[in-house]
Amino acid sequence: MRKFNKAQVFGMILCFVWAAGSQIWADVIVKIDGSSTVYPITEAVAEDFQRATGTKVTVGISGTGGGFKKFARGETDVQDASRPIQGEEIKAAKEGGIEYLELPIAYDALTVVVNSKNDWMETIQVSELKKIWEPEAQGKIIKWNQIRPEWPDKEIKLYGAGSDSGTFDYFTEAINGKSKASRGDYTASEDDNVLVQGVEGDKHALGYMGFAYYEAHQKRLKALGIEWDAKGKSPVKPSEGTVLAGTYNPLSRPLFIYVNVKSLEKPEVKKFVEFYLANVARLAKEVKYIPLPDSAYTAVRERLAKLQKGTAFVGHAEMAIPIAEILKRTPTP
Amino acid sequence: MLSVGDFIVLPSQNLRKQEARASRRRSIDRWFGRIGLLSTIGTLGVLAILLLNLAASGLARIDWQFLLSFPSRRAAEAGILSAWVGTILLMIVTASVAVPLGVAAGIYLEEYAAKNKWTDFIEINIANLAGVPSILYGLMALGLFVYQFRFGQSVLAGGLALACLVLPIVIVATREALRTIPAAIREAAFALGATRWQAVWHHLLPYSTGGIATGVILAMSRAIGESAPLITIGALTFIAFLPPAPILAQAPFMSFDWLFSPFTALPIQMFNWVSRPGEEFQSNAAAAGLFLMLITLGMNGVAILLRKHAQRNIKW
Repeated sequence: MRKFNKAQVFGMILCFVWAAGSQIWADVIVKIDGSSTVYPITEAVAEDFQRATGTKVTVGISGTGGGFKKFARGETDVQDASRPIQGEEIKAAKEGGIEYLELPIAYDALTVVVNSKNDWMETIQVSELKKIWEPEAQGKIIKWNQIRPEWPDKEIKLYGAGSDSGTFDYFTEAINGKSKASRGDYTASEDDNVLVQGVEGDKHALGYMGFAYYEAHQKRLKALGIEWDAKGKSPVKPSEGTVLAGTYNPLSRPLFIYVNVKSLEKPEVKKFVEFYLANVARLAKEVKYIPLPDSAYTAVRERLAKLQKGTAFVGHAEMAIPIAEILKRTPTP
Repeated sequence: MLSVGDFIVLPSQNLRKQEARASRRRSIDRWFGRIGLLSTIGTLGVLAILLLNLAASGLARIDWQFLLSFPSRRAAEAGILSAWVGTILLMIVTASVAVPLGVAAGIYLEEYAAKNKWTDFIEINIANLAGVPSILYGLMALGLFVYQFRFGQSVLAGGLALACLVLPIVIVATREALRTIPAAIREAAFALGATRWQAVWHHLLPYSTGGIATGVILAMSRAIGESAPLITIGALTFIAFLPPAPILAQAPFMSFDWLFSPFTALPIQMFNWVSRPGEEFQSNAAAAGLFLMLITLGMNGVAILLRKHAQRNIKW
């Protein structure tokens, strides 16, 4: 075995201490974390931005809630969110001294799907969805004909989002009227591919998932038209057209990025956010999400230019508010 | 009730009884052999199906482009460069922490420590640590390395988390390897006036290298497939650059900046691709999985070679 003399050992220790001392990462990295629903869009933007400018970008998927925790501690520059920032998170950001911009970037349409062999329905009412999914339905609503008598006398197999996902929060709020209020006796997964496989393999299944997952498997799944009976609306199928027209309600939702105002002082972050807004319409479409109307992007860019801090929401998601109206509101810090 | 007839056994009857018993024993033996064979085939079959399944959907994706590209939204252009580099850097940190610490602890517990309640207590705890779910190590690392020591979500924090995870395995393997060395070797060394350290350094360690190396590589094989602790400490999913190089062109020629670089790893990249919509990403995930399996199989192969090599050099 080779032996090192004292000078060599000393030199090595010096190198190590030097390296450890200079641990502050020299390059600027744009750090992003948050929702796994928004991830594909942000990944696409990050990929192109890095190719165009050489600035390093990292994107994580801690979920909307987990990401907001890091965002409130100032660990990330940009936060991906599949719902608006909520009460506790607003408070945490305030305590952490974090000011932020709320920028809507695209739409997602939560899609209620059944098996392609299902020949007894094309549409479903929101009140019927509530009857199936509300907490009181647990163990009671188990057959199709309990919802409509003409539907089959067969067990209904349910597939839905797991409780850690923003999709779950939004669906329960839109259908059951309260975030996170849901029956528990269904096949739950944070991974929408599991839900796709489940519904695909069972004639009597019903499930909900993000539009991108339905679109990627639309030959094997059937999307239901949603009839918002409480508001007297006729059934609407999810599509780019109906979401943009603002008629696919209450299951279409805006997706956001939140930007730390302090990070915007770094030219790289500012450039990234500008690049994001300039390219997101094309890139969102490419990864099967629905872009906002052009006028909305103009308004979002204006919000960035004027540094209008805070959120335009009142601490929870609101259903069926057109994006133009959200952007007309003045955000409150 | 017993009668006199039971005790008077004719020779022919006796022979028949013996034969019956012998054939029953032979048949049990045959059946056990069959069951054993079936279990072996079953286990290997599952492994083969897993490999074939991954290969069927992933093999076509493995090429230089896949190995040398960064992740991308376009499945066909995506690759695992940042993932496998991250995995290798993690393994370097994990090995350089877990091996010296684990081997030293194993030697101390086996050769130095007095046998008393304390060492029993420590022993039980080490055995228990080996069974702690890996996510708990992730939570520990998040609190200690990421926030307390301010290492951030870096290669260093990830490597240390994995090192803690496999440390008990290395310790147990070291002790097992030392235990297989006959006591006569130690006694002979002590009789010639060697200190404990001399006995360990000149005899016990060289003789147990094979066993320790096997344990270390099994531990590394476990660490390489872990994703839960890395996700807990916040390893990233999209990262399209490599950590800074450890070797520089000018003085001081070495850099440890890579230790503090953000990273991703193969299991995380796989996990991300599996949950994407569309078939193309599924075959990317399968290809990444296949590559990970190949690395693991390769490491196990090295373990077997090392053991064979070490055994050949021992002449007692």
